[in-house]
Amino acid sequence: MAEQPVGYRHGPRAALIAALRYTALGVTAVVFLLPFYLVLRNGLSTQRDITSPGWEIFPSRPQWSNVTRLFDNPSVPMGSALMNSVVVSVLQTLGTLLLTALAGYGLARIPYRHANRVFVATVATLMVPTAVTFVPSFVLVSTLGWVSTLRGLIIPTLFSALAAFLFRQYFLGFPRELEEAARVDGLSYWGIFWRIVLPNSGSFVAAIGLITFIASWNGFLWPLVIAQDQSSWTVQIALSSYLNAQSPKIDLLFMGAAISILPLVLLFVFLQRYIVQGVEQSGING
Amino acid sequence: MTQATGRRAQRGNTLWFWAFVGPFFLGLLVFGYLPIGWSLLLSFFEARNTVTPNVFVGFDNYVDMLRDPGFTDSLLTFTVFAAFVVPLTFVISLALALLVNQARVARAFFRSVFFLPAACSYVVAATVWKMSIFPGVHFGLANTMLGWFGASPVPWVASVEPPWYWLVLVTLRLWLQVGFYMILFLAALQRISPLLYEAAYVDGAVPGWQTFRHITFPQLRATSIAVMVLLLINAYQAFDEFYNVLSSARGYPTYARPPLIDLYYKALGQGQDFGHGSAGAIILTLLIAIVTIGQGKLLGFRRGGRD
Repeated sequence: MAEQPVGYRHGPRAALIAALRYTALGVTAVVFLLPFYLVLRNGLSTQRDITSPGWEIFPSRPQWSNVTRLFDNPSVPMGSALMNSVVVSVLQTLGTLLLTALAGYGLARIPYRHANRVFVATVATLMVPTAVTFVPSFVLVSTLGWVSTLRGLIIPTLFSALAAFLFRQYFLGFPRELEEAARVDGLSYWGIFWRIVLPNSGSFVAAIGLITFIASWNGFLWPLVIAQDQSSWTVQIALSSYLNAQSPKIDLLFMGAAISILPLVLLFVFLQRYIVQGVEQSGING
Repeated sequence: MTQATGRRAQRGNTLWFWAFVGPFFLGLLVFGYLPIGWSLLLSFFEARNTVTPNVFVGFDNYVDMLRDPGFTDSLLTFTVFAAFVVPLTFVISLALALLVNQARVARAFFRSVFFLPAACSYVVAATVWKMSIFPGVHFGLANTMLGWFGASPVPWVASVEPPWYWLVLVTLRLWLQVGFYMILFLAALQRISPLLYEAAYVDGAVPGWQTFRHITFPQLRATSIAVMVLLLINAYQAFDEFYNVLSSARGYPTYARPPLIDLYYKALGQGQDFGHGSAGAIILTLLIAIVTIGQGKLLGFRRGGRD
């Protein structure tokens, strides 16, 4: 992959270039990690640690009490917001994976006269950006009485045309021999899907799942529109309202930010390679 | 797979197809197509505070929006934003992809570090940018660095003349999205056959800018186009960072409103004007479609590599 081809120069000039490269990479890496460091540092500081001119790299006395102070603060419903985010993100991820994987497999493998029309109709919605739909979507949801409910936050977002498209493309490339062998053994489409295809698609499912979970956890516009009641706020809305409040306590604000990104960072560290794999296998560059 | 033929099997297939695809497609119809159609409908009516209007106004809403200074300003805002974000993201993510691809030590580490911001939300990033890096007061990171050079602190977000808030917004988005596009470029780079380079070296080519220009970059054509299109569409959807960086306890300022913010306040804010909001959204969609297709034609979407 990164094999240096024949003819690549060695010697001092190449070494200098390599050194420059790694310096550039190192400096850029530090810059990229800086915001995460700031969140952690400020979250564990007192208000004064943040604003004082004598700037410490890390607070000498990490204020773990910020955690309890944050949860006790009445203007930020952190506890319920976190709970809402967990429920919404988990359900949205599982729901989307289920619906779109099934749809993707059906579109890829089941011979049906109108399959192509259904596929085109699905992909066509990708051309329509959120701006067009968020107003009438809100109207639809409010007519259903789902404003400020978890249903309203989750259900409309489950039908991801993008995920269905990606699954379909993926299943098209799935080794047919496995499915045919199962067919010979008498399994139906349902059986093949659940017992053969899905168990062998772990990394792709992980990739789509991670992408969906991140989008759900970090989602802002839709929850902003739908979750109008404080009790239905997700963690992003709670943080945002505190950020734009009259005079937020900065240390608590950053502690809230730190808590909100922790689950994602952990998930990401372990699962991001599946996204990379998925991109490499997909035909987007073909 | 042995295709089931015959009418009985076809009926079976029909059932199976809808068993698999049905739930998803039904939801897509209800929560995708229905709002799109409804929005189109609403755009032709006078629809304030109502979703079942009965006053047909034809194209009036469209004309009003095109004449509305708030709306046209938002288009300008979007254009400026895209003009910064699209080329910068392209160049930086490509540069990082090249650097990471050629690294032999700790490559996965660097790739992960640059991709990590994708796990961060716009709200958290806005918090860091607004309160820690670019706050107007002296203790912010940027102003502290200015202090080293003897310059006085700048109220980054509030400053309109000169509009420093652009620096805040653009760097925020760059940090968040460069990693993802780098991954796209990395995947494409890894597909380039080393034989191409070997042949070039045999012919006496020098590794570096020459090979980049004549081998690497042309091989990245399809990815480059995909990246440009995605970048443009995402820039157009900008909402989260604008809302969170520029809002304050006093609400949102009148300047720096990208289209989604403008529509948000028109349709769902005090206005509740669904007719105009829908018309505006349709106009934007058409604009984006035109620009995307135009971009595609300009860059030779369908033609194969002629290099």
